[in-house]
Amino acid sequence: MTDSLTRPAPSDGSDQDPAGRAGHEDHPERVGFFTDTSVCIGCKACEVACKEWNAIPEDGLELTGMSYDNTRGLGASTWRHVAFIEQSKPLGHAQAAVDHTDVDVLALAAQGSATPPEQAAITPTTPGPPSPDGRTELRWLMSSDVCKHCTHAACLDVCPTGSLFRTEFGTVVVQEDICNGCGYCVPACPYGVIEQRPGDGRAFKCTMCYDRLGAGQEPACAKACPTDSIQFGPLEELRERAAARVGQLHEAGVADARLYGHDPGDGVGGDGAFFLLLDEPEVYGLPPDPQVTTRDLPSMWRYAGAAALALAGGLAAVFAGPRRAPAGRTRR
Amino acid sequence: MSTSDVTKGGIRGERPGREAEAGRGLRPGRRGRRGRRGEELMVPQAEFTSYYGRPVITPPSWQARDIAGYFFLGGLAGAGSVLAAGSHLTGRRTAARALKISSTVAIAGSAAALVHDLGRPERFANMLRVFKPTSPMSMGSWLLAAYGPAAGAAAVLDVTGLLPRTGRTATIGAALLGPAVAAYTAVLAADTAVPAWHEGYRELPFVFTGSAAVAAAGMGLMTAPPEENGPARRAALLGAAVETAAVRAMERRVGVVAETYRHGRAGRLMRAARALTALGALGAALPARCSRPAAAVSGAALLAASACTRFGVFHAGVASAEDPKYTVLPQRERLERRQAEQAGKPAEAERAEQA
Ligand code: SF4
Ligand code: SF4
Repeated sequence: MTDSLTRPAPSDGSDQDPAGRAGHEDHPERVGFFTDTSVCIGCKACEVACKEWNAIPEDGLELTGMSYDNTRGLGASTWRHVAFIEQSKPLGHAQAAVDHTDVDVLALAAQGSATPPEQAAITPTTPGPPSPDGRTELRWLMSSDVCKHCTHAACLDVCPTGSLFRTEFGTVVVQEDICNGCGYCVPACPYGVIEQRPGDGRAFKCTMCYDRLGAGQEPACAKACPTDSIQFGPLEELRERAAARVGQLHEAGVADARLYGHDPGDGVGGDGAFFLLLDEPEVYGLPPDPQVTTRDLPSMWRYAGAAALALAGGLAAVFAGPRRAPAGRTRR
Repeated sequence: MSTSDVTKGGIRGERPGREAEAGRGLRPGRRGRRGRRGEELMVPQAEFTSYYGRPVITPPSWQARDIAGYFFLGGLAGAGSVLAAGSHLTGRRTAARALKISSTVAIAGSAAALVHDLGRPERFANMLRVFKPTSPMSMGSWLLAAYGPAAGAAAVLDVTGLLPRTGRTATIGAALLGPAVAAYTAVLAADTAVPAWHEGYRELPFVFTGSAAVAAAGMGLMTAPPEENGPARRAALLGAAVETAAVRAMERRVGVVAETYRHGRAGRLMRAARALTALGALGAALPARCSRPAAAVSGAALLAASACTRFGVFHAGVASAEDPKYTVLPQRERLERRQAEQAGKPAEAERAEQA
């Protein structure tokens, strides 16, 4: 099954039923991920749970020097990737230069994790000496990246074998027994998610745990996430929750909190897996304005058609003039 | 471990304290501080940000030899079939036969390159499992499935002299499909997130067909006797002119991404292509008129020029995918343009209200 074969994807965000468009009748409601990076603690439980559940092979153990990120990025054998960004910026109203000498940490611990900041007087970091410009802030952003399960998925559109398909849940999955490793989906994905596995040749990516969904379970990463940074559920519901959460953070003074991939009017018709970020998307390695390139396909075919006709016409024209004309006298 | 479930009816089993008050701080009222911060952030930022310089999109894992070679051979075959049909219909027998053979060999080679590049070559036939207009590679596979046999039949029937009428039909059929074979590879490349290819999707087909005409003309010059190569010489000049103009237009269109066509390996290949095209075109315009060796040299230069263009375009694409700058900057510009447009409208309305 493939997405609409002949109709180009509408660009106004009006099409929010990818499973129905792919021919699933009576399908369950569309599900997705809302990854709220503001509560991510960078524990990588999602990465581990994903590898374990999906039996993904090891793909290198190296130290990268990229903060705590030794995973590097999404790929054929990495379907969840936790990004770590160290910045010299304040997080909302949080202050780093707080004297903690008189704080009774044991008493605080007894109060549990929901201690209000005023009582806690605790900040996530111990301030070091001020930097030359007088700033002492350090914020550490963490974000668990994943396949976006785009409403209009370029990988699925360009796959020439029908190996990539749209499930009844509105997600995008590769059938490994069909994929012939042409690798077209790899540069087609605007987020750099899908990849061919070296030594195997076929393409792999997140399936949103298709097997678990079928059994009524939530995906392994969401199940494992200890802070509910990864939330799984009906996409509509998640979008509402995300909007409320962003409002809450803005109120708390985190002006740079923003949603990413939530808008059905964006270049890919909205993501099935969207995010709450605390900085520009490119800081996290995400494209600021992704577009599904197949949206331009009708136009591309028109230009290519014009070029083909020009070639045919041009090469026909070079035969104009007297047959077997003496070479020296023909005009170009 | 997560204990909560997001359901239609709200959240179930929610852990208390889930909505951490990240960033609230001790004294949320200190607006002055934020204001100052806000100003400090206005300091012009670095040109663009990225995640440790890592690419945003995944560069294609295709082998240059296979895929750029596939582009080159497909162009040589496709445009060659048109020249072959023209030569056939105007009685240029030697040229027609040579070009029919070269098209057949080239298309066989390009199919071999395509299969060789698959991660699972034994599953090549899966390409013909679906007919999928949204996938240029699917459309290309079907195109090759139609064109290949036509080109092959044209060559075999010409060489053997069997079934001349069928041979003529095959020749014309291959000539009708040939330009599509030469042009579709541009869509194949452009329908990806690779900035150097996608941003130039309007001009890329003309670069490719121009380059295809150059290659086929080069083959014609190398193989046909001087009294038959008038069309090939004109085709060389025409193709060179179209290709040069299209490359210029494409570099203008793609903005900052044009750097990938000017620097590094792609830059060297594109410069070599320009030099070889000029040399070959000069040869086609001047001394090749009478001398066969001169025609052969200029033909070889044209073939090499076409190959350089295809490899140059290929490497520019890979370079543009590997550097996050070329993904982030054009998208930022696009986003800011759009936001400015949206912001412009309410601001204008406000101004009108105040006036
Ligand atoms: S993020 Fe990439 S791999 Fe995932 S559905 Fe979208 S296009 Fe496909
Ligand atoms: S590599 Fe596999 S999944 Fe990707 S486009 Fe090719 S056949 Fe489809």
